[in-house]
Amino acid sequence: MADEPLVLGIETSCDETGVGIVRGTTLLADAVASSVDEHARFGGVVPEVASRAHLEAMVPTIQRALKDAGVTAKDLDGISVTAGPGLAGALLVGVSAAKAYAYALGKPLYGVNHLASHICVDQLEHGPLPEPTMALLVSGGHSSLLLSSDITADVRPLGATIDDAAGEAFDKIARVLNLGFPGGPVIDRYAKEGDPDAITFPRGLTGPRDPAYDFSFSGLKTSVARWIEAKRAAGEDVPVRDVSASFQEAVVDVLTRKAVRACKDEGVDHLMIGGGVAANSRLRALAQERCERAGIRLRVPRPKLCTDNGAMVAALGAEMVARNRRPSSWDLSADSSLPVTETHVPGHHHHDHVHEVSKDNLYS
Amino acid sequence: MDTATPAVTVALHDGSSVVAESSQVDARRHGELLLPAVDRVLAEAGVRLDAVTGIVVGVGPGPYTGLRVGLMTADTFGLALDVPVHGVCTLDGLAFEAQVDGPFVVATDARRKEVYWARYENPRTRTTDAAVDRPADIAEQVAGLPAVGAGALLYPDTFPDAHGPEHVSAAALAALAAERLAAGEELLEPRPLYLRRPDAQVPKNYKVVTPK
Ligand SMILES: [Zn+2]
Repeated sequence: MADEPLVLGIETSCDETGVGIVRGTTLLADAVASSVDEHARFGGVVPEVASRAHLEAMVPTIQRALKDAGVTAKDLDGISVTAGPGLAGALLVGVSAAKAYAYALGKPLYGVNHLASHICVDQLEHGPLPEPTMALLVSGGHSSLLLSSDITADVRPLGATIDDAAGEAFDKIARVLNLGFPGGPVIDRYAKEGDPDAITFPRGLTGPRDPAYDFSFSGLKTSVARWIEAKRAAGEDVPVRDVSASFQEAVVDVLTRKAVRACKDEGVDHLMIGGGVAANSRLRALAQERCERAGIRLRVPRPKLCTDNGAMVAALGAEMVARNRRPSSWDLSADSSLPVTETHVPGHHHHDHVHEVSKDNLYS
Repeated sequence: MDTATPAVTVALHDGSSVVAESSQVDARRHGELLLPAVDRVLAEAGVRLDAVTGIVVGVGPGPYTGLRVGLMTADTFGLALDVPVHGVCTLDGLAFEAQVDGPFVVATDARRKEVYWARYENPRTRTTDAAVDRPADIAEQVAGLPAVGAGALLYPDTFPDAHGPEHVSAAALAALAAERLAAGEELLEPRPLYLRRPDAQVPKNYKVVTPK
């Protein structure tokens, strides 16, 4: 449909410089420049390294996205950008770029929430989000259960990790096993050849009195590390495949168990899983199995849309345009701890005249 | 525009003089203040951004987070408008504004008890590369010279003859750039002068969690 909003989205909350372009719920371009290799030797994302890389990568990545999408900037109906949460300095580079681009092109600007974008991206894969949708977001930065009845206006947090994010646990165990960074893909690979029942690792916060939807991976991490050290101290080989499989099983067991329970408790029949850890093959398989058993429709985007990217920001931006949400002001700031309940950062009323002026497209 | 010092500063120059300008000092809000300042300056001049034929941005040196706001904004304006983006060393802008006769020093605050600094023969001629140092370590190199900039005013032991302006103004930056462009000189690429490596602590080797 030609009248669906054409939106360019910019994402710089962590180490990926993402620029995506969508038309409504159709993905047109998903250009990503990653600085992950520059962080590998540090064993984690170094904020200043990420910020420097965003500045260098931004313009070429925008150009690549426009070329891939086969559209010109003047055709855009809006520019959206991750306003938070994320690394403050990294977010600021994307917000600065988006503001300047929107201003120069005379387009409305939408500062949007990174977590809501992770949910909204599934529209590009499986069509409009059912309302309500339950979402399990798992990555190196977040582990949350969220319930949304309208992705542009209402996202309710049901639970979150009380210590480490799930992806962080993968990174830490990979480091203990000397498997490098990031840990998720390599542990997934080893786990495929290991026995998930070989070692029983603890399932955090699954007792009868524990909060039903919160997560904890710190105890699991310590327990796995101790087990490995005990092996090493005894002079025995560490069975990397079995440790990987058993650790991974403990993580995905808790994640899927709690997500399915939340769906049942809230009477929601759709579960979407997003974030970098959603690329984990065992998480996908176990979620599928448990959702089928519970009569829940599972929606998981392809791995490239699960990790941080600009398309997810564009997807939410397009939804903001489609639903006539108020654009952001030119003084939009990056908010490293933007609450998930704030799906976007609408402008102040008294600044709206700025956008009145902006509608006068410079190229028209 | 320049965001390499605590000032968020924007000016519009028509090739012969400054048409409109805005400078606000708030070291923590570069990101919020820059675009509204651009909008204000253009409105004051009654000009739309697409009338601009070139962008000049201060490339620092300066604290990185703020510095990147100006550079990213300039880069993206250049992309959207398809106009050239030029870089000018922020210290050069300050030197041009200060108009001191004879040799002098420009020093801005680099935080962490250091200054970004350079020596000048006159307001248009820098004689050293911009550097970042502890004031005490450069005392000999700047001895006896007048100094301008907030970095000089902060450390009177090293810079006893210090005065303003404290921060760069985009008006001076634009005027200097216009003069150089008119003379056919090449300006800098709009890339940041960080002068320091990123703070990047390699996480300590994996910590043993089992008590011995
Ligand atoms: Zn994310």
